[in-house]
Amino acid sequence: MDRTRDERRRWGAARTTRSFLVGGALTLTFLSAALLSLVWRPYDVTRLDVASRLLAPSADHWLGTDQYGRDLLAMVMVGARTSIAVALIAVGVGVLFGVPLGLSAAARRGGWLDEFIMRGNDLIFAFPALLLAIMITAVFGPGAVNAIIAIGIFNIPVFARLSRGGALSLWTRDFVLAARVAGKGPARISAEHILPNIMNLLIVQATIQFSLGILAEAGLSYIGLGAQPPLPSWGRMLAEAQTMISLAPHLALVPGLAIVLTVLGLNLMGDGLRDMLDPRLRRERRA
Amino acid sequence: MLTYLLQRLASLVLTLAAATIVIFVMIEMVPGDPAAFMMGMNADPEAVGALRDQLGLDQPAAVRYLDWVKGLVAGDFGVSYTYKVPVFELIADRIGISLPLTLYALVLSTLIAIPAGVFAASRRNGAADVSVMGVTQLGIAIPNFWFAMLLVFVFAITLRWFSAGGFPGWDAGFLPAMKALTLPAIALALPQASILARVMRSALIDTMGEDYVRTARAKGLTARQALWRHALRNALIPVLTIIGLQFSFLLAGAIIIENVFFLPGLGRLVFQAITQRDLIVVKSVVILLVFAVTVVTFLVDMAYAAVDPRLRRGG
Repeated sequence: MDRTRDERRRWGAARTTRSFLVGGALTLTFLSAALLSLVWRPYDVTRLDVASRLLAPSADHWLGTDQYGRDLLAMVMVGARTSIAVALIAVGVGVLFGVPLGLSAAARRGGWLDEFIMRGNDLIFAFPALLLAIMITAVFGPGAVNAIIAIGIFNIPVFARLSRGGALSLWTRDFVLAARVAGKGPARISAEHILPNIMNLLIVQATIQFSLGILAEAGLSYIGLGAQPPLPSWGRMLAEAQTMISLAPHLALVPGLAIVLTVLGLNLMGDGLRDMLDPRLRRERRA
Repeated sequence: MLTYLLQRLASLVLTLAAATIVIFVMIEMVPGDPAAFMMGMNADPEAVGALRDQLGLDQPAAVRYLDWVKGLVAGDFGVSYTYKVPVFELIADRIGISLPLTLYALVLSTLIAIPAGVFAASRRNGAADVSVMGVTQLGIAIPNFWFAMLLVFVFAITLRWFSAGGFPGWDAGFLPAMKALTLPAIALALPQASILARVMRSALIDTMGEDYVRTARAKGLTARQALWRHALRNALIPVLTIIGLQFSFLLAGAIIIENVFFLPGLGRLVFQAITQRDLIVVKSVVILLVFAVTVVTFLVDMAYAAVDPRLRRGG
């Protein structure tokens, strides 16, 4: 009995490292594709070449071409840039606003600021995320920047709640008391003592929000509210592929798989990171 | 319990009130004059002015806001700018597709997720657990509209078991209508089922480690008996919360899925209303969805408090 439990535990630990490595490799692949597309693309994504339309994958076009003769590999590479940029900046918006809000709510626990911030969070959570994103892009016009704002707004309460929760348990700890005795104010304590201690939580959550951001961006551009033509995006590639799916299924498979693999990579990496960074989980696994 | 209920009820009303303000302000910021939009490009300015007057667009924002909220409470949502029929009728018409679709997806997701989660938890870290968790990882990563396209390709275009889209209406009979909703419901349910299966698994693993389960084991129950008789019931509490939350994801997710399958539901209604600047329809549908989400969250909270008295103190 003990032997199998020991084996299982080792199996679990190995799985953590493996999922982190696989996830990291997938993420790195798409990140490099996005960065590479800044300096080099196999073909120009704005050039239409009707003669070579709807080609199946070949040596010339590794992933084939679409109905306008554009190279799918080049489009996926540039699409990666759009998706990653939108999702990454949206996470940045969430961290930049959410973390200070959460930290100040925790520093003045029970005060009007705390109450205000938490009720504001509840309000945002009352809106189905996608619905508000659709409204925002509808009001301010479709485009990558408004997609960032729409997705970013939902990241704010996520990070505010997380950092408030993490900070609350730290405020009762002795090292915070020591800092207060030393005369440090709430803002300085939050920045110097609380923030470093919730960094792990934030990093793991950021990975998860990043992957949700990629999905959200794909959804918004699929319905035409994300990045606008001629800038390729995975969601719009799917929308354009929809009517062609019986003629050329690869048009739908390529961008779809790009989304799935990127999101999968980020999620695996996040899971692995959480298991590795969270000492509580580590102890549980050892126990 | 009563104070808790009143507290939660007050916060429900406050949230809804705040939501109406947010929606109203956002809609106010939409560029363009709905009256001019309705009359077309070459409209006579005087006619546009008359229409503005008729729609009450010239009144101060505060008055229009109060009128709108008063109407909402009374069930009068106003008249659609483009369809020229009461918004209430439009919504009542479309909800007959969106709500069954959402519930269908919710049932599918629950029916798949709970057995999958229990199965994985009872074989924790074994090959079966690893496979179920692998599949759910994939399920979470798949965008539901892409999954919908693949379903259409396989089951509608290639196998011809289902139609690729459209809705015959409930008049065509229960089964044909449900058949038209089946592929959309599966597409909607997949990511939610994956999340739910993971929650079910970890909740069950947590409760299996509780003292009362150990006591049950000490009394001579096998692991399986302890799971079914004691752990599962308690593990279902967090699962129920997630099911409640998923209602809102599914309802919003239906917006995109309805567009993939050309289903004339609320999602398509709001989407068309946005492109046609039919702002009164947009406002009403959004507040209705927010209302549905807040009420479901409230009910889940109440159910939670009824089951677990510890939660009634402060929230």
